[in-house]
Amino acid sequence: MFDVYKIREDFPILSRKINDTDLVYFDNAATSQTPIQVIDAIANYYKNHNSNIHRGLHSLSADATTQYEQSRTKVREHFGASSNHEIIFTSGTTHGINIVSSGLQSSLTKSDEIIISAMEHHSNIVPWQMLCDKTGAKLKVIPINNDGTLNLDEYKSLLNPNVKFVFVNHVSNTLGTINPIEYIIELAHKNKSQVLVDGAQGAAHIKTNLMDLNVDYYVASAHKLCGPTGVGFLYGKSKLLESLPAYQGGGEMISTVTFDKTEYAELPHKFEAGTPNIAGVIGFGVALDYMNSIGFENIENHERELLDYATENLKKIDGIKIYGDNNQKISVISFNLAKHHPSDIGSILDQFGVAVRTGQHCTQPIMDFYKIPGTIRASFSFYNTKSEIDLFIDALKKASKMLG
Amino acid sequence: MQTIQEIQNDIIDEFNFFEDWSEKYQYLIDLGKNLPEFDNELRLDSNLIRGCQSKVWLSSSFNNNIVMFEADSDAIISKGIISLLIRVFSGQNPEEILAAKIDFIDKIGLNTHLSQTRANGLLAMIKQIKIYALAYQSKK
Repeated sequence: MFDVYKIREDFPILSRKINDTDLVYFDNAATSQTPIQVIDAIANYYKNHNSNIHRGLHSLSADATTQYEQSRTKVREHFGASSNHEIIFTSGTTHGINIVSSGLQSSLTKSDEIIISAMEHHSNIVPWQMLCDKTGAKLKVIPINNDGTLNLDEYKSLLNPNVKFVFVNHVSNTLGTINPIEYIIELAHKNKSQVLVDGAQGAAHIKTNLMDLNVDYYVASAHKLCGPTGVGFLYGKSKLLESLPAYQGGGEMISTVTFDKTEYAELPHKFEAGTPNIAGVIGFGVALDYMNSIGFENIENHERELLDYATENLKKIDGIKIYGDNNQKISVISFNLAKHHPSDIGSILDQFGVAVRTGQHCTQPIMDFYKIPGTIRASFSFYNTKSEIDLFIDALKKASKMLG
Repeated sequence: MQTIQEIQNDIIDEFNFFEDWSEKYQYLIDLGKNLPEFDNELRLDSNLIRGCQSKVWLSSSFNNNIVMFEADSDAIISKGIISLLIRVFSGQNPEEILAAKIDFIDKIGLNTHLSQTRANGLLAMIKQIKIYALAYQSKK
């Protein structure tokens, strides 16, 4: 039985006051809040198990290693990878993308092309631009339609034998649009192109099965899934990760080192140089357990209700313009109100205790497409309520009145 | 001509009348709306101040040892804050601008109501004002 008020009791921060009013946290697309189960797991690690992993013979190290590797199993099971060594722990989505982009340097040439979309986060644009600069490969961009969906006809026409890679997000962080990645992957594979899906925004809202998707690479961050910051993972198909060059050199990632030659360790250690964020990885595993205990079907249903309720009530306000108002989206609403600058609205909402994001959301190409300086973005999570949306709508009306 | 400190004290007195943040914000919004029209030709990228979430343009002129500032923003609350800065700094000589200790922002309680991003933007504006003053001083 899904009881949002019971769930909220797990999140200490949700009872905080801002300016003497109740916090309304609608910036979940930037980061989700952390349940007490995850906070306790991290504290418990430092209180009882803190030790370096994989190398120590002593009991603490064995404990820490077991818990760390259990998290890998949890990630593999949750995301449906075929084996644990396909899951590389990273510091987050951006790190995962950079492991792949730096590894591809040796396999691209001037005649190659790579495809991204116009609704990517800067972190899924800049590394590929850097890759193109270094290799001479060409960057092609799938344009977006006015309703905030991808122009798939254009995508089809961009595919040709020179296209080696396609990099798209599952869900747009700015618009909330769910992209048809199954279809994108299928067409790319027919074209013999590999696909990396940026799951940063999708993973928390849509249960994703990597084997069913048949995606080549997938990246996500723990902190959008009720886990801690500074942790994420890169998934890659075994044979791809095996041939991908190591990203960083250091301890943990080697099997033998002499001054003549170093043999790299097997997957996943080849990509996990140095001491990782052990507590964070353990916390990530607990976060996945937590979300699964609530159930992704329940999460999707509740968030859908919040999205519909907020969209319906926002549209009643004069001068509201929603960007990406389509029916294939998660609980993210990007909008502007009349001629008001998003930062003016955001500042006043903050005074009312309502936390939203304003600005370009690291997606300048989307802002250029709609010819706007930025948007106000409200993003809801499974622990948000309709009465919070009422407070938000009320604060928005007051802000509009103040700005005149 | 009032000194920079006298003008700051006036602003602090004015803000003391307000009972809560919403009145302060309303005042900033009204100030922003009444900021004198900015010359379109000055809306240059070279006049943009980096570090603000909204666009802020600042330009200056120097005559008879007096620095005059003009500024604009695409966001109204930023314009209100700019209006206060212009009131404090415009019409002063470079030495006074460089020596000025800016305390009114803290004292009117604006700092606690500004997000970190906005507070950084405000610092960037003050820094740019002082850079102009320094440039005019060294030209003399």
